[in-house]
Amino acid sequence: MTTKMNGAKILIESLKKEGVGAVFGYPGGQALPLFDALYHSDLKFYLVRHEQGAAHAADGYARVTGKPGVCIATSGPGATNLVTGIATAYMDSIPMVAITGQVKTFMIGNDAFQEADMIGITRPITKHNYLVKDVKDLARTVKEAFHIASTGRPGPVLIDLPSDVQLAETEFHYPEKVNIRGYKPTYCGHPGQIKRAVKMIAESKRPVIYAGGGVILSGAAKELKELAEKINSPVTMTLLGLGSFPGNHELSLGMLGMHGTGYANHAVQNCDLLIAIGARFDDRVTGKIDEFAPHAKIIHIDIDPSAISKSVPVDVPIVGDVKCVLDEFLKIVHRPHDKEWTEKILEWKQKHPLHYNTDDKLRPQYVIQQICEATKGDAIIATDVGQHQMWTAQWYNFMRPREFLSSGGLGTMGYGLPAGIGAKVGKPGSEVFVISGDGSIQMNIQELATAVVNKIDVKIAILNNSCLGMVRQWQELFYGKRYSHTKLENPDFVKIAEAYGAVGMRIGKKEDVRSAIEKAMRIKNVVVMDFIVEPEENVYPMVPAGKRLDDMIGSVA
Amino acid sequence: MKKTISVLVENHPGVLARISGLFSARGFNIDSLAVGETEDPTVSRMTIVAEGDERTLEQIKKQLNKLIDVITVTDLTQTKFIDRELILIKVGVASSKDRAQIIEIAGTMRANVADLGIHTITIEAVGETSRIDKLIELLRQFGIKEIVRTGKIAMESESKEKPKTTKEEEE
Repeated sequence: MTTKMNGAKILIESLKKEGVGAVFGYPGGQALPLFDALYHSDLKFYLVRHEQGAAHAADGYARVTGKPGVCIATSGPGATNLVTGIATAYMDSIPMVAITGQVKTFMIGNDAFQEADMIGITRPITKHNYLVKDVKDLARTVKEAFHIASTGRPGPVLIDLPSDVQLAETEFHYPEKVNIRGYKPTYCGHPGQIKRAVKMIAESKRPVIYAGGGVILSGAAKELKELAEKINSPVTMTLLGLGSFPGNHELSLGMLGMHGTGYANHAVQNCDLLIAIGARFDDRVTGKIDEFAPHAKIIHIDIDPSAISKSVPVDVPIVGDVKCVLDEFLKIVHRPHDKEWTEKILEWKQKHPLHYNTDDKLRPQYVIQQICEATKGDAIIATDVGQHQMWTAQWYNFMRPREFLSSGGLGTMGYGLPAGIGAKVGKPGSEVFVISGDGSIQMNIQELATAVVNKIDVKIAILNNSCLGMVRQWQELFYGKRYSHTKLENPDFVKIAEAYGAVGMRIGKKEDVRSAIEKAMRIKNVVVMDFIVEPEENVYPMVPAGKRLDDMIGSVA
Repeated sequence: MKKTISVLVENHPGVLARISGLFSARGFNIDSLAVGETEDPTVSRMTIVAEGDERTLEQIKKQLNKLIDVITVTDLTQTKFIDRELILIKVGVASSKDRAQIIEIAGTMRANVADLGIHTITIEAVGETSRIDKLIELLRQFGIKEIVRTGKIAMESESKEKPKTTKEEEE
């Protein structure tokens, strides 16, 4: 005989059945029963200082572990504070389950205290969402939510749980299986299409693999490397694809797109076959869309049928899980190795290398290179959004998947610190660096408390140029140097760190960078490194918005 | 071009909002949308008529398929189908001669008089969109006061060719 449980307990038990290792959240009135159940539970809970931090932490946790991240907030403002974090996860296809308290079922729609229509608000930014009005539906809903979040093209799922449902009792049965008749993702690629693609590869003279976040989500980095080596094709990556292919591999072209490498962009513009794998032809990648990869036939592997031919028409679409499809490829694919193309690539690499001024000044790129060297590239890096993010993508050599966390699609400033916290919780044995800017860090700086209190010793490198660097760069280049509201007067980050109980350091000289990083790595606490970098440094090369990919400024010609 | 898409969805609250939200969020315009329960009470059928180029409509179908609450999507335009629409038209009556003419037109068009007033006549008609449009055109001379139409409902007709239904994947 099973005993009855209330909804709050059922939710917690269901999370445990799903193997949830950590939950990030913040309490409030309509989540009181839930937090009471947490009080009696051994589920590891991390109290953040703002709900947005909880959503990003859950996202960071998911990106490093591959398992859905979980966050909990109360109704109304608590729930709406999750929204940016949910949208961030949605744009980057990150599995997440967000649980929000809601006003009592009979109060819904009455403009009750702390009521917000979360189903309506999150409809366009979740893969799916649920309002649970009957406690008998709760266990099944949680099961479905985790299934939907983590299968197919992953994404966030929200469960809105009224407080009376949290208190209502029923017997707890956790379903073994889910059966959602409208949701059956395709995993295996169409054999006929795979054959066509393989034939195209065999015939191509100048192939380029364009790898995106889907490779990492699908766990297919090994297969990607095998494919690239087998067909001797260079590999370029999207921002979210970084780490899907070793950055130091001779076939690696680094990142493509607006701030991609010159050689990656030239390779794409000159290839005769583009093999897009788990990537979605984002506008930051393609530049002027009609002139993107103009000589190429395109093969596109993606689990989401709606991603195919959305912005760029594709010659051979293959709907399926990247890993499954690449496994099939590897059985039959071959291409005669010819030197001509690889030599051309090498020529571009020599002609258009990434570069910056290596004078005595403290340049932000140098800091990133030093972090990469000091950690031997064996760290998890979470970034915010802006110049520092692009420099990280360019100058940190990502070798493995799930070690680079960044808000690619939504471009959320304030993502880095909480995501780094989530990452460290997910992979406590790993060194975690948050690379941020003086603008971004202040968007969720309160999470220093979460990190310090819970002894989550992330190392934070602020590339402080006293401005919103990326916007300032656009103002410099395209708005006649009219620096409208991009100059920041900042607080003393060292004092802020110390006030939170973290260690603060200020580094103003190039020669002190490496020792500061190494010192930070030795300190068993949260460390904030305030690097005072050259304020007017720009991110180059740059393809101005709407220009052809090989129409770059700031590239060595 | 116009497309008639038949969508089977879970019959729970909020599903209509998901569908309409999908259209509005992507800037697709819905010409008409009719929804009702099917032979299975847990399932509703929506008949959506939307206008756009081939690529937009292809994207609409894919996006619809992506929704968890959508069970199948059938593009009826690719097959033979029957469609019907119900319309109510309130027409002004200036004289008894008008009245006789309106009733005569209704009779010829296989429409019925739904309501007879002193100053207006309300005609009801069921049919294919083309016939409904013709009826409106004929009645326009009398001065149309109000039109209410349900939007098209459609069903595929019995034929050998199966339309491409659903969430099975295209190549």
